[in-house]
Amino acid sequence: MLSRNEILQTLDMIDQQHLDIRTITMGISLLSCAHPDPEICCRRIYDKICRRAERLVAVGEQIEGEFGIPIVNKRISVTPMALVAAACETGDYVPFAVAMDRAAKTCGVNFIGGYSALVQKGMTEADEKLIASIPEALAVTDFVCSSVNVGSTRAGINMDAVARMGQIVKKTAQRTADRGGFGCAKLVVFCNAVEDNPFMAGAFHGVGEAESVINVGVSGPGVVYHALQSVKGQSFDVVAETVKKTAFRITRMGQLVAREASARLGVPFGIVDLSLAPTPAVGDSVARILEEMGLETCGTHGTTAALALLNDAVKKGGVMASGHVGGLSGAFIPVSEDEGMIAAASSGVLTLDKLEAMTCVCSVGLDMIAVPGDTTAETISAIIADEAAIGMVNNKTTAVRLIPAPGKQVGEMVEFGGLLGSAPVMPVHQSSAADFVARGGRIPAPLHSLRN
Amino acid sequence: MKAIVTVVGQDRVGIIADVCTLLAKNNINVLDISQTVMQDYFTMIMMVDTEGCELPFAALAKLLEEEGPSLALSIHIQREDIFNAMHRI
Repeated sequence: MLSRNEILQTLDMIDQQHLDIRTITMGISLLSCAHPDPEICCRRIYDKICRRAERLVAVGEQIEGEFGIPIVNKRISVTPMALVAAACETGDYVPFAVAMDRAAKTCGVNFIGGYSALVQKGMTEADEKLIASIPEALAVTDFVCSSVNVGSTRAGINMDAVARMGQIVKKTAQRTADRGGFGCAKLVVFCNAVEDNPFMAGAFHGVGEAESVINVGVSGPGVVYHALQSVKGQSFDVVAETVKKTAFRITRMGQLVAREASARLGVPFGIVDLSLAPTPAVGDSVARILEEMGLETCGTHGTTAALALLNDAVKKGGVMASGHVGGLSGAFIPVSEDEGMIAAASSGVLTLDKLEAMTCVCSVGLDMIAVPGDTTAETISAIIADEAAIGMVNNKTTAVRLIPAPGKQVGEMVEFGGLLGSAPVMPVHQSSAADFVARGGRIPAPLHSLRN
Repeated sequence: MKAIVTVVGQDRVGIIADVCTLLAKNNINVLDISQTVMQDYFTMIMMVDTEGCELPFAALAKLLEEEGPSLALSIHIQREDIFNAMHRI
C-alpha cells in the first residue's frame, strides 16, 4: 500500500506547487484534405479536424476529474499548412487559417498550431504565399498559431527566409497593434523544428507522423523549486540528483495521462515532452529555480551554468519515466510567461544577450520577449539569424518569438493576459545589421552535418 | 476500481462517521483508513473500492467535493493509478 507520505506529497505537488499537465495536444494529418478548389480544401480541413478532435476536450476533462490532476490546455496541431494548401489554385491563404480557427472553436481547444512552412533550404511558391499571409492570418483569427522553420543542422540557414521573417514579425505586430502586437505571441521562427512538439505556438504535425497522434507536455517548475528548497547549500551533485528524482515523478504522471488519453480517444500515443514550462503564477517559475541554486537574480553570472544543469537533469530524470520522449524536452525560458524572468528583466539584470547565451544550453530559444516597437525588421532578422546559428551548430532546436510592441519603449510593460503573461520591453543593440541581412542566400550547413 | 479519498478539516466529533456515511450512500467500500490529527487539523487518507458505485467516477469526485463544505471538510477522490505512477516503478 502507498504510504501516507507519498500520497500527501503528490497532493501537495498538485495543490501547492502548481503541478499540472500543461497540454494534451492531438496531432492531425491534413495531407488528405488537399484539393485544387480552395473552398473544398477549407471545408475538408474543418471537417477532418472536427471529426478527429471531437472528443478531445471532453476526454481531457474526464481524465482531469478522475485523477485529480489539472490538464491546463487541450490543443490541436496539424500538418504544415503550406503543404496542404500547395495544390490549391489561389493566392490567398488566409481562408485556411480561418478554417483552422473555426475548427478549434468548434472543438473547444484554446490553440491550434500548424499554420506553418518549412523553408530551411528553400521556399516553394506555397511557402512564399503562406509566409506573406501570416500577419493577416494571425490578425483575423483567435487561436491559430504559426511557425516557420528557417534553418537546420543538415541544411544550414536560409538567410532569404530569415530576412523575410524579420519583416513578417514587424508586420504582424503592426497588424495587431491594438492588442500590444499580440499576433507575434502566436508566431515562432525555428531552427531544427521538431515534428512532435505539443507546445504552442510552435506545434505542428510533421509529415513523418501518423494520421493522428496524442502528444503530452508536462510541467512543474514549482515542484522542482520546492524540492530544491530542501537541499539548500548542498553540492551540485545533490542538486542534480534532486532535480532528476522530481522530473521522474512529474514525467510518470505525464506518461499515465498520455496513455489514458490515447486509449480513450483511440488515437496512438506519440511522445511525452519533458519540459519545465513556467506560468506567470507565483511559484511556477524557472527563473526562481535558478535563483534557488544560489543566484541573487536570474541573468547574473552563473545563470547559464545553472540552466545547463537543470536542463540536463530534467531530461535524465524524465527519460526513464516515459516510453517515448520527444518534442522540445528541456527547460523553457519564456520571459513574459515566467514571474521570475519578468522580475529579472524588469530589474535590468536579465538582458537579451544573456538570454541568448542561455538558449545554448536549454530547450528552446528567445521566447516571448518584448522589444521596442521601433526595432527595425533587419535587427529582428539578425536576432533570428544568431539564434538559428546556435541551433544549427549545436544540433538543437532554437526559436525566436519576439514581440516588437508597437509604440512601446524600453521599460514599459506589454500585457498579453492569461498564460502568456506580461513582458517588460527589453533593449536591443542600436548598431545596424542591415547590410548583413541584405546579403541573402544560405549559410552553409556546418561540417558536422555530414554524419554519414 | 481502487481510489484514494483524502479528507482534511478542523478536528471535531464524527468526521469519520460522516465521511463513511457519505461513501456508504454511494455504495463505496472502504478498504483501509489512515488518519492523524496535527495541530487540531484532521487528515484522513482512505483506500476505497468504487466498483459498486453507480455514478461515473468524475461525477462522484464532483459530488464529494460539493458535499465537503456542508461537513466543514475538504474531500477529494482520485484514482489510485496516479499515486502508483509517481511513487512505484
